[in-house]
Amino acid sequence: MKIPHHLTDKFAKYTVLVCAASSVIILAAITVFIVLQGMPTFQKVGVFDFLFGTEWRPTYDKYGILAMIVGSTAVTIGALAQAIPLGIACAILLAEVAPNRIRSFLRPAVELLVGIPSVIYGLIGMVLIVPAVRHIGGSGFSILAACLVLTAMVLPTIISISEDSIRAVPHAYKEGALALGATRWQTISRVLLPSARSGIIASIVLGMGRAVGETMAMIMVIGNAIAFPKSPLDPARTLTGNIAVEINYATGTHESALFATGIVLLIFIIVLNTITTVVLRRGIQKHAEHLT
Amino acid sequence: MRNISPKTVQKIAMTAVWAGGFITVAILLLIIIYVLFQGLPSISLDFLLTAPQGGLSGEGGISTVIVSTVYLIGVTLLILVPVGIGAAVYLAEYAPSNRFTGFIRYGIEVLAGVPSIIFGLFGFVLFVTALHLKFSILSGALTLVCLLLPTMIRTTEEAIKAVPRSYREGALALGCTRWQTIAKVVIPAAIPGIITSIILCTGRAIGETACLYVTMGGSAAMPTSLLSGGRTLSLHVFYLAMETRAMDKAMATATVLIIVIVVVNAFTNWLAHWFYVRMNRG
Repeated sequence: MKIPHHLTDKFAKYTVLVCAASSVIILAAITVFIVLQGMPTFQKVGVFDFLFGTEWRPTYDKYGILAMIVGSTAVTIGALAQAIPLGIACAILLAEVAPNRIRSFLRPAVELLVGIPSVIYGLIGMVLIVPAVRHIGGSGFSILAACLVLTAMVLPTIISISEDSIRAVPHAYKEGALALGATRWQTISRVLLPSARSGIIASIVLGMGRAVGETMAMIMVIGNAIAFPKSPLDPARTLTGNIAVEINYATGTHESALFATGIVLLIFIIVLNTITTVVLRRGIQKHAEHLT
Repeated sequence: MRNISPKTVQKIAMTAVWAGGFITVAILLLIIIYVLFQGLPSISLDFLLTAPQGGLSGEGGISTVIVSTVYLIGVTLLILVPVGIGAAVYLAEYAPSNRFTGFIRYGIEVLAGVPSIIFGLFGFVLFVTALHLKFSILSGALTLVCLLLPTMIRTTEEAIKAVPRSYREGALALGCTRWQTIAKVVIPAAIPGIITSIILCTGRAIGETACLYVTMGGSAAMPTSLLSGGRTLSLHVFYLAMETRAMDKAMATATVLIIVIVVVNAFTNWLAHWFYVRMNRG
C-alpha cells in the first residue's frame, strides 16, 4: 500500500517538530529532576544555612557550601583576570594586526585549544603546575594552581568570540577613523574595541560560564579540601567538584544536598546565559541602527 | 602620559598584542609537546591491545578502554544523529519566526551552556537510578546525547542553511512536496556538512568526562553489553592520575587522546572547507 504524499508530509513535519522540541524538553526535565531532588535540603537545612554555612560535614549532618562558593568564585575570578587581557590581546592580533599567513596558523591553534579534553589540562596541571606552586609554598594543590589551569581553558572562548565581534564592526568605522588621521592603535582602541564591546562582554560571560562549570581539571589540581581556604596557596573545592567527588557514594540528605549544590550552579549558569543573550542582542541592534 | 607620542603608544600596544598571541601558542605547544614527549615512548601495539590490569602502578594497556569508548560513541551517535538532524531540519526549513521558535532557540542556547556535571546529575537520577539502567554505557550514552544535542542541532542547521535556495526552488518547481524536497534534495546536498557536525560531536564526546564520571561507573573490564559499566579514554586518564597515580600510563593514554583529537580537528576543518567551497561554487 502506498501512503499518500500529503500524509507523509504532515507526519514528517510533526516528527521534526518533536525533535526540535527535545532540547526544551530535556532542559525542563533537568530543571525539574534536579530541583525535586535538591528541594528537601533547602527545607531541612534552610536556604540561608545552606548557602552561607561554612561547614560541610555530611556525617554530622552539616551542609554549608560557602567554602565551595568561595572556591568556585576565587578560581573563576583568578582565571578571568589572566584570560581577559591575554584573550583580548590575542583577539586583536587575529582580527586586525596579524598578516594572513600567521592568522592561518593561529586560528587552528586556538580551535585545538578548545578541543583538548579537560583531563589533559588537569594532567598537565598535576605534573607541571602543582609542583611549581609547591615551590612557593603549601602542597601545590591549590586555588593558584587551579587558576593557572583554568586560564588556559577559558582563553580560547574569549579569543574566538571577541575576534568575531571585532571583525563584525562595520568597515566604515575603521576607514573613518583612519581617514581622520588616527594611528592604527588609536583606531583599534578608540573605535573598534568600543564598537565591539557587547561581543567582548559576551565572550567574557561565556568564559565565566565555562570556568564555573569546569569539573574534572579542577578536581585534579585544587586538592578538594573541605576546609575554608585562607590563601591562594590553600587547597579548596569547587561547587562542581563537590558534586562529582561525592555523588557516587552519597545517600539520603547528603545526596539531596549535592543536588541542591547543582541547583545553585544551574541558577548561576542561567543568569549568565540570559546576560549574554541580552548583551549580544543589544550589540546587534546598535550596529543595525548605525548602518541605516 | 600626555607626553608619549601616539607612535610610541602604538609600538607598546602592538608589542603587547603580539605577546598575547605568542603566549597562547606557547600554552598550546607546551601541552601538546609535553604530553607527546612523555607519552609516546610508552605507546606500542602491545599497549593498545592489552587490557589494563588495575594494579597500583597501572600495569597493562588500554584495550578495554578503547572498546568502551567506541561502544559509547556508537550508541550516542545512533540516537543523537537522527534527533539532531530532525531538529535542525525543523529550525532551518519549517520554523516560522514566532515566539515558539524563539523559545526553542533559547532552550537550545541555555542547554548548550549547562555544565557537564549537571548533565551528569540528571543522568544519574533519571537513567542510572529511576530507569534502573545502573552505571552503564547506556546511561552514559543517553546522558551524552542530552549534552551534545545543542551542538549537533546548531552545526547541522548551519549545514542545511548553506544549501542554496535554488536547489529547493528547482525541486518544488518539479512538483516535489515539501518533504520530498527536504529528504531527496536538501539533506543529500548537506551531507558533507552534516558529517562535519557528526565528527565535531564525536570529538567532544571523546573529550567529555564529568557527566560520564557519574553515570558510567568506571569499570575497566571488557564491556559485554550496553548495561555493563565502562570507562572512556578521558576517564581512564583521570582514574590513572587520581587513583592509581600511574602518571606514565596516564601520559601514554593522554597521548592517544591528543592524537585522536588532532586528527579529528584537522579532518573537520578540511571537510568544512571542502563543503564551503562546494556550496559556494554553484
